[in-house]
Amino acid sequence: MSDVTAKQVLFEPIFSNNPIGLQILGICSALAVTTSLNVTIVMCLSVIAVTAFSNLAVSLVRTQIPGSIRIIVQMTIIASLVIVVDQILKAYAYEISKQLSVFVGLIITNCIVMGRAEGFAMKNGPWLSFLDGIGNGLGYSVMLLFVAFFRELLGAGSLFGVTLLPTVNEGGWYIPNGLLLLPPSAFFIIGLAIWGLRVWKPEQVEEPDYKMSRHKTKEAF
Amino acid sequence: MEHYISLLLKAVFVENMALAFFLGMCTFLAISKKIEAAIGLGIAVVVVLTLTVPVNNLIYNNILREGALDWAGLPNTDLSFLGLITYIGVIAAIVQIMEMVLDKYIPALYSALGVFLPLITVNCAIMGAALFMVERDYTFGESVVYGFGAGLGWALAIVALAGIREKLKYSDVPEGLRGLGITFVTVGLMSLGFMSFSGISL
Repeated sequence: MSDVTAKQVLFEPIFSNNPIGLQILGICSALAVTTSLNVTIVMCLSVIAVTAFSNLAVSLVRTQIPGSIRIIVQMTIIASLVIVVDQILKAYAYEISKQLSVFVGLIITNCIVMGRAEGFAMKNGPWLSFLDGIGNGLGYSVMLLFVAFFRELLGAGSLFGVTLLPTVNEGGWYIPNGLLLLPPSAFFIIGLAIWGLRVWKPEQVEEPDYKMSRHKTKEAF
Repeated sequence: MEHYISLLLKAVFVENMALAFFLGMCTFLAISKKIEAAIGLGIAVVVVLTLTVPVNNLIYNNILREGALDWAGLPNTDLSFLGLITYIGVIAAIVQIMEMVLDKYIPALYSALGVFLPLITVNCAIMGAALFMVERDYTFGESVVYGFGAGLGWALAIVALAGIREKLKYSDVPEGLRGLGITFVTVGLMSLGFMSFSGISL
């Protein structure tokens, strides 16, 4: 993989090889934190930081790790980084860290971080791995911000906590769509986003398990 | 007793790991194409959760929590920042031990569950349950019930989804929505269904 350029590594994951849309990685902790943009952005920054630095660290020690215990080594590196992020959030953004509750800790088991460490950083140099971490973190963030944008705007009538569509409860005209604040809406939005992404980039469409065959016999109409 | 039953119902239905908290989604979407595989993974998750949550509960209450090291003559130590790395270590260790014990003593079960066990270490549902247990300050008894309930709820959800997907593969889905897209929409509808349980308590 010596022919990949830094630019490709950084920008590919954002649309062409999106971690959520195509690789099915990291959906776990993603959906629950998308009810408001503020919280989402903090979550995205944390994931970008952890992915980038874990990729860097794993790539630096990749020639020293014995194959049989590499998962544990990667896990320890990731867990240490997440602890650092968690402590920083608790110190400087306590309110938001309360809202994120267990989901900061769950970055450890977020498949993006493990997946990229195992799939990319074990085979490539530190600089490319670092960029790959940032790229995949960005791909994840784009999807999350997209979901959070619709959920906050239509569910609460605001963006970043600033009211854009004054709701009925506060004397405005907008009747908020409560469904968008509940868990199921996140699934619908991601499902539709994947649909949109695949209409735009048809090469990502999956092959059907079964093809509809044409009617062979004449039916009695 | 009533308290425990209520906690169990809450963990299985109201706070379903997969459908209300989106935990364990990666495996949830990846291993739900066949009912048999889904059942195998579901059972493995129930067993691992029933073991790891209580063990992590003991470790948290007796070693990590602020003031918990009183018995060792260290009344002011607060090791709770080591929580994350400890829980993941405990989970990985228990899964590994379980794999070896099953391999030695119950080979039939091992061959059925074997493939799924390594997957479970990185399943966020397991880690999530441990973190929720700490956040909500469960006692030992509660943590046993909660671990079992959370696992059961997750297993129920994945088996149900696998059932739907087995039928769904014969349907004519719009091109871009095929595969992952339609699965997300299906899970959304299931999650909507599970929301009707909210508010139930004994």
